[in-house]
Amino acid sequence: MAAQHDAVPLLGVRGLTKIFGSLTACDHIDLTIAKGEVHALLGENGAGKSTLVKMLFGSLEPHSGDILWNGEPVRITSPGVAKTLGIGMVFQHFSLFEALTAAENIALSLDDGSPISTIAAKARALSYSYGLPLDPDSLVGDLSVGERQRIEIIRCLLQTPQLIILDEPTSVLTPQEANRLFETLERLRSEGKSILYISHRLEEVKRLCDRATVLRHGKVVGHCNPREETASSLARMMVGNEVKAVVREPAEGVETAAVLLEIRKLSRKPATPFSVPLKDIDLDVRAGEVIGIAGVAGNGQGEFFEAISGEVQQPDAASVRIRGKDAGKLSITGRRLLGAAFVPEERLGHGAAPGMKLSENLLLSRHATDARSFLGSGGTIKSAVISGAAQRIIQAMDVRKSAPDPEAASLSGGNLQKFIVGRELDRKPTVMVVNQPTWGVDAGAAAHIRQALIELARSGSAVLVISQDLDELFEISDAIAVMHHGQLSKPLPIAEADFETIGLLMGGAEPGRTEHPLEPA
Amino acid sequence: MRLELIKRPQRSALFSILSPFIAFVLTLVAGSIMFALLGVNPVSALHAYFVEPLSQVWQLHELAIKAAPLILIAVGLSVCYRANIWNIGAEGQFIMGGIVGSILPVTYPEFQNAFVLPLMLLMGMVGGAAYAAIPAFLKARFNTNEILTSLMLVYVAQLLLDWIVRGPWRDPKGFNFPQTVQFSDAATLPELWPQSGRANWGFVFALVAAVLVWLMMSRMLKGFEVRVLGSSPRAGRFAGFSVGRMVFFAFMLSGALAGLAGISEVSGAINQLLPSISPGYGFTAIIVAFLGRLNPLGIVAAGLVLGLTYLGGESAQAALGLSDKVARVFQGMLLFFVLGCDTLIHYRIRLVGMTTPKLEPASKLEEVH
Amino acid sequence: MDITIAILLTIATAATPLLIAAIGELVVERSGVLNLGVEGMMIMGAVGGFGAGYLTGSAWLGLLAAIAIGALFSLLFAVMTLSLATNQVATGLSLTLLGLGFSGMMGTGFVGLPGQRLPDLYIPGLTTLPVVGEFLFGQDPIFYISIALTAGVAWFLFKTRAGLTLRSIGDSHGSAHALGINVIRYRYMAVIFGGACAGLAGGQLSLVYTPQWVENMSAGRGWIALALVVFASWRPWRVLVGAYIFGAVWIGQLHAQAFGIPVPPQILSSLPYLATIVVLVLISRNKRLTMMNTPASLGQPFVPDR
Repeated sequence: MAAQHDAVPLLGVRGLTKIFGSLTACDHIDLTIAKGEVHALLGENGAGKSTLVKMLFGSLEPHSGDILWNGEPVRITSPGVAKTLGIGMVFQHFSLFEALTAAENIALSLDDGSPISTIAAKARALSYSYGLPLDPDSLVGDLSVGERQRIEIIRCLLQTPQLIILDEPTSVLTPQEANRLFETLERLRSEGKSILYISHRLEEVKRLCDRATVLRHGKVVGHCNPREETASSLARMMVGNEVKAVVREPAEGVETAAVLLEIRKLSRKPATPFSVPLKDIDLDVRAGEVIGIAGVAGNGQGEFFEAISGEVQQPDAASVRIRGKDAGKLSITGRRLLGAAFVPEERLGHGAAPGMKLSENLLLSRHATDARSFLGSGGTIKSAVISGAAQRIIQAMDVRKSAPDPEAASLSGGNLQKFIVGRELDRKPTVMVVNQPTWGVDAGAAAHIRQALIELARSGSAVLVISQDLDELFEISDAIAVMHHGQLSKPLPIAEADFETIGLLMGGAEPGRTEHPLEPA
Repeated sequence: MRLELIKRPQRSALFSILSPFIAFVLTLVAGSIMFALLGVNPVSALHAYFVEPLSQVWQLHELAIKAAPLILIAVGLSVCYRANIWNIGAEGQFIMGGIVGSILPVTYPEFQNAFVLPLMLLMGMVGGAAYAAIPAFLKARFNTNEILTSLMLVYVAQLLLDWIVRGPWRDPKGFNFPQTVQFSDAATLPELWPQSGRANWGFVFALVAAVLVWLMMSRMLKGFEVRVLGSSPRAGRFAGFSVGRMVFFAFMLSGALAGLAGISEVSGAINQLLPSISPGYGFTAIIVAFLGRLNPLGIVAAGLVLGLTYLGGESAQAALGLSDKVARVFQGMLLFFVLGCDTLIHYRIRLVGMTTPKLEPASKLEEVH
Repeated sequence: MDITIAILLTIATAATPLLIAAIGELVVERSGVLNLGVEGMMIMGAVGGFGAGYLTGSAWLGLLAAIAIGALFSLLFAVMTLSLATNQVATGLSLTLLGLGFSGMMGTGFVGLPGQRLPDLYIPGLTTLPVVGEFLFGQDPIFYISIALTAGVAWFLFKTRAGLTLRSIGDSHGSAHALGINVIRYRYMAVIFGGACAGLAGGQLSLVYTPQWVENMSAGRGWIALALVVFASWRPWRVLVGAYIFGAVWIGQLHAQAFGIPVPPQILSSLPYLATIVVLVLISRNKRLTMMNTPASLGQPFVPDR
């Protein structure tokens, strides 16, 4: 009997297909996961990983294909069905409620009707036993991303699942936090639970996973044992061809070059109940260099970007200086006119208006700087000139699209990001500030964007990149500073920086700083 | 059974054009059912509503009189709604335009020359804009909900008009009726073709306003600013546009147009102030704005349709003894159907049985996160 | 003393419809839906309640009809905004416009007719108690319903699992959907509950407050109820406080008119509306309070992925 049981995989997926309009997001996917196995699902952004797991968790309905659970065909019509079967999920963009407490959040996905206080006690006990300490009474809105992920994990574990799906769990963690997560996952494996681990970080997949399934353009391109592969062979499977490595020539003579972006004692009170205050930030960015700012999400990067871009102005004019001129009290338009350009983190709804055409989105950030060519007398719009400029950017950045001048929302993340970055590069800005340049972007587009940023710096501009992706920062930066709790560390020259040091800084390990009271010593 | 919406990859150009027409047909169908339930022959009722009021030339003049304020107000409201600013107090701004514009002819009736009418119109616009500036200020300064404040100010304006007409401005020779003096000829908005009907210059103002606002919205940076801030305010802020300034701009533009409509109505069609000067133009104009798809040129057509329901209400009351409130029901239904049909522009609609499994391909773009 | 009690009683009668309509809308908004059709549902409840009461001769049947019409009318809004994902602001407005038109049309034949009035409570021994007797034990039944509703909604929202689920949907419908919560079904129920409450509030107007039918008799109370929800920062017991303050303003201006205070009656009549604006400004100045309490997904349409 026992041998027979072992032969039947916990989860089997056969020919699973999902079609969105003209796009086949998942095309006849086959996959099996054995009991006690940690299985990696690898693929680029847009390869269909999220769509696949959403079907496994009942959030999306498959178009065709079968799902087998312990050898029996099942229809997972809702997350409730998935939970009853024993499938738990830790979402990439957390499905948490900011206005509720951790315990209330957990209670919402348990259907046993027990009082909140009981659930809180259970959650507390379980969280400590797994080394993921949690205060059930705290408001989620006040917690860091790492703490939020713990809630998601504990919530998932309280449902005693047999299969746990984790969607890009380490993308929001410091290297040290990620290590702790791996220990938890190892322990879950030793308890006989199966794990479907979605990631595009190859090193951690090699370290953690027993088997891997690689997706590309919605199709399975291969199954393998990641321990027998190299990071570059896995990358080739994911991308389909060699990705051009980013080339970064050492910056020459930067120490004596002019400071183009100067930030002095920049402070900001929290604007909303859940936002982070900025404290005495100092930073110089010189002509010719790329400075990277690392940090775990929610440590003030968004607030910092708003303050530098001028979307929010400062009381102190000298707190931000662009090309030697006080800019703290200038609006974003005023700062652009001084030669600065900005790319925000959110593409749709911030960097671009989703329902508007690309040409209109070009006007969005350049109506003031290019008023002479884009606008006629009395503020009339010269559509033909703008369309021409948009086509120039589309060509320069190799933006793939379905119509001559499509709506921003109809482009894939990577292509829209190329357009948004290209829109600013086209101006040849003297100062460029980018928040999360390649978040959710496929490898080819990411390499293109990173190379373009380096080249902009080497041509004599100052480039500041805020990112949560450490690999990216090490690839393009000449120096890296770390933002934690609204404070910025001194930039470390890239030669002196390594993952370990930067990771510790991201976790707030500075002399004199106390650990979180719940953190085990 | 339940409805399922499937997002279209791009907005449907076909349904953008068709949706108001489908809505109008649905309104006629629903109206016919309503008439049948009321025991009235639907054919004769619809005839009384939509055909009879158009059968003679003088009636076309009446249509222009009813449509002019609707178009003027709705054109202003369309700018607000495009900017995602919810001014629903146009009725109050209309009344304030009427009151402020009437200061000259009521308090200085002997002041009669070529300047008086332009001054009245200007003051009417200032009155409407100033009244609209109150909710704009409260929204920009304190982030107070403009829907509620602008609406509350309608009640206040109605009561103010009632008081002023019964109190300080009552015509001393008016046998104690609640009304002001009649305006002099110099203070009266001239009729366009007096030999064939009563239509006055108000209709011309409406057409000019519609064309100018259309040019602004489609050809100028200001219109772009309105559309960006309305569709994605954060992108608008990133573009360097100010939400606070836009609140003032949209409110005061629509207030000025509502005020112009108010003084045009008072000086043209009514020729004096009465305790009530509007059969709900400010609210009906909301329907006009949506039926016209928030496009100033579409609004001209929509204003004529809604103006017709007012005339139809009067004619049906006379011919069939139907309550004049039926017109308001028609207007309400029309807005409902317009909003419902607009869903077709962005979504395909599918009816799904609760039990039958779905086999046809689901069509939807990559989910937007 | 007697006059104080009498004024208190009239304040309660004036506050009750505001309280009921606002409590209903509070539940709707807690679920993340903004229904601006309160005024329309209220006036439909008023005309339906009066009509059913007049035709059947029973004020109680009138009350039931008011609730049913309010709920039915809100269903229209629910289908539009929840199933067809229409703009909630515009749809709510159109519900109000439609309600004002429909009620006017239906009520044409009712104008000037004598209506039914719900009898006041009378408990021998208790109602006749000095001072508190009449206020606590001698009011119309809807007064007691309104207090019970407030308590019930407070308990539901903050002490039950379903209430927690409703609040979570208002906070983030995307997360709720991801967890397998049926967002649309919860919202349907919330909207219909809000409609029933608005209908009941309208029924109170035409069966208790002034037992007759007058066109537009809701006189903006539905809009004031909407403002009360904001004023109360989405907390049930604060709605009760707000409703009684507004009841007092409403009654105060009526008494001031009756006493012949030398201010034009129109100016006094505008006081409740001006007070609404002042209250909204005061509450919106406190940014932290409004931001912490406003349901984060309020007014945003939701179309589930399938």
